[in-house]
Amino acid sequence: MSEKTYLQALNDALRQEMERDENVFILGEDVGQFGGCFGVTQGLFETFGEERVKDTPITESAIVGAAGGAAVAGLRPVAELMFVDFIGVAMDQLFNQAAKMRFMFGGKATVPMTLRMPQGAGIGAAAQHSQSLESWFMHIPGLKVVIPSTPYDAKGLLISAIRDDNPVIFLEHKLLYGISGEVPDESYTIDIGKADIKREGTDVTIVATSLMVHSALDAADKLQAEGISAEVVDPRCLQPLDSETIVNSVKKTHALVIAHEAVQFAGPGAEIAAMVAEEALDYLDAPIKRVGAPFCPVPFSPPLEQFYIPDSGNIVEAVKRIR
Amino acid sequence: MALSKKTLIHMFETMNRIRLFEQQLQEFFAAGEIPGFVHLYLGEEAVATGACSALTETDMMTSTHRGHGHLLAKGGDLKLMMAEIFGRQTGYCKGKGGSMHIADLDLGILGANGIVGGGGPLAVGAAFAAKYKKSDQVALCFFGDGASNQGTTQEALNMASAWKLPLVFVNENNGYGISCPQCKSMAVVDIADRAAAYDMPGVVVDGNDVLAVHEAVSEAVKRARNGEGPSLIECKTYRWRGHFEGDACVYRCAEELEEWMAKDPIPRFEAKLLESKTLSKKDVAAIKERIAKDVDEAVAFAKESPMPQTSALMDDVYA
Repeated sequence: MSEKTYLQALNDALRQEMERDENVFILGEDVGQFGGCFGVTQGLFETFGEERVKDTPITESAIVGAAGGAAVAGLRPVAELMFVDFIGVAMDQLFNQAAKMRFMFGGKATVPMTLRMPQGAGIGAAAQHSQSLESWFMHIPGLKVVIPSTPYDAKGLLISAIRDDNPVIFLEHKLLYGISGEVPDESYTIDIGKADIKREGTDVTIVATSLMVHSALDAADKLQAEGISAEVVDPRCLQPLDSETIVNSVKKTHALVIAHEAVQFAGPGAEIAAMVAEEALDYLDAPIKRVGAPFCPVPFSPPLEQFYIPDSGNIVEAVKRIR
Repeated sequence: MALSKKTLIHMFETMNRIRLFEQQLQEFFAAGEIPGFVHLYLGEEAVATGACSALTETDMMTSTHRGHGHLLAKGGDLKLMMAEIFGRQTGYCKGKGGSMHIADLDLGILGANGIVGGGGPLAVGAAFAAKYKKSDQVALCFFGDGASNQGTTQEALNMASAWKLPLVFVNENNGYGISCPQCKSMAVVDIADRAAAYDMPGVVVDGNDVLAVHEAVSEAVKRARNGEGPSLIECKTYRWRGHFEGDACVYRCAEELEEWMAKDPIPRFEAKLLESKTLSKKDVAAIKERIAKDVDEAVAFAKESPMPQTSALMDDVYA
């Protein structure tokens, strides 16, 4: 066990899976000597060479489609798009091709590809480089959607994603690359679809994802000081979604706040809220509250961007409105 | 012509199998027995047959929404195809794919494709896998004139060439993207000219001449297997039917159709085989009779097969 950043944890996962299985290869824009847009693939080109760490032209459809085609033909591609925002260019290859092949072909195709994409606001990258688009992917049968919040989760989940026989969308947050945490040196997996209770509590459940897990933990500290005990549940994967852990937590705390950075309207929180309303309405002592981004594109100027991103203050406020 | 008698006869059988299969589909669709859409391949049999006869069984292929011919030419099973198009449980895709989504991974068929231009990037991935695994396989990407204008196709041509992948792009230029004639959708006359932009050979062939297609694709396959990278073969042909069954074809004139039907690739090849005494008239009749029987059996198999159970709906969404 040693202290590693989220970025190093991801790099560890890629390196160890490439060492373990020669069918694993990386493709994407600037993933080679450049080391990846945010540095996640650093050093891999030097270790594994050009055939296994493939720099591609800036052609997202071809990257995602080639990953799907290579997966069907027996390899385990890990594709990187520099920013999740670019998936629009390649969406057909993802949602009509990779995601549907197995079903359309009556179960004969297996598409073991991983698509890594950084998302999220906070670096002044403006509207076309800052979105959180997880709800797009949650809506497509055939895809799995993983969204880790800590270095430990990032490594274990990426290894699981690479070994998974389905197309897995792996959403990293740009502001999390630099955070540190305890990460085992050896290889390990985390079950895709298993939520993690990041903090136990008794008065309110806060379901939070990605960067918002950290805001929720901060909010829980503030609430604790005021005598409110918050339980923070990190689903870690949105498809499949660990409804059992979430519902059990709500049955214990009788209140639910959901926090994510994606636009609140039709965001992942809408699905979680509806699921809890269907399965545990009688346990709720208050309305469900959602914390998400406003329904507007991500702005550029720092004060606007900071205002746009939900924070612990918004979460505290949401909890106080129902407790 | 260095082809063996066996190969020539196989090609002739394949063309006839596609023809009869499609004619049967035409009838059953008109009779309301087939759900969804069907996009028939009638008139284009020489392209699939010529191209696929240049491949081995382990070579891979991506197809299009007009894919029945490609699948049959690559060795697809008549019964499983027919049953799938009829929406039956016994079909290639257990009734979940239908006409536009038939695949047979064992034969390297990575699927027909309902999206115009969808197959190019997948073929790049398949060819990359072949090169990566040093398997000696080649991937072949069928695409139409409509798909040639899609960004995905251009991305695939570029990436395949940049990476020198064992990939053969076979363009079926049947003159129309749905209802839009080539003269309205692109400025070039020959799609093969676009190969120059990617520094690969671009060859135009008579797509109604099965031997010409075979020869051009064989040359491209040889290049691909030798590690010399991709090629683009444009096969000029014509779609006898509308874009889909039920299309009234108001956008084209009867004379044009007649002109092309006079260039029917099957009698043309048949005449060559008779002339070279590869086949006698009696042989031809026997082949056609046998294929008619096979197609009838496939239809009977499809019609007698059960519809899928709704309890199986959620199977195979995930591995």
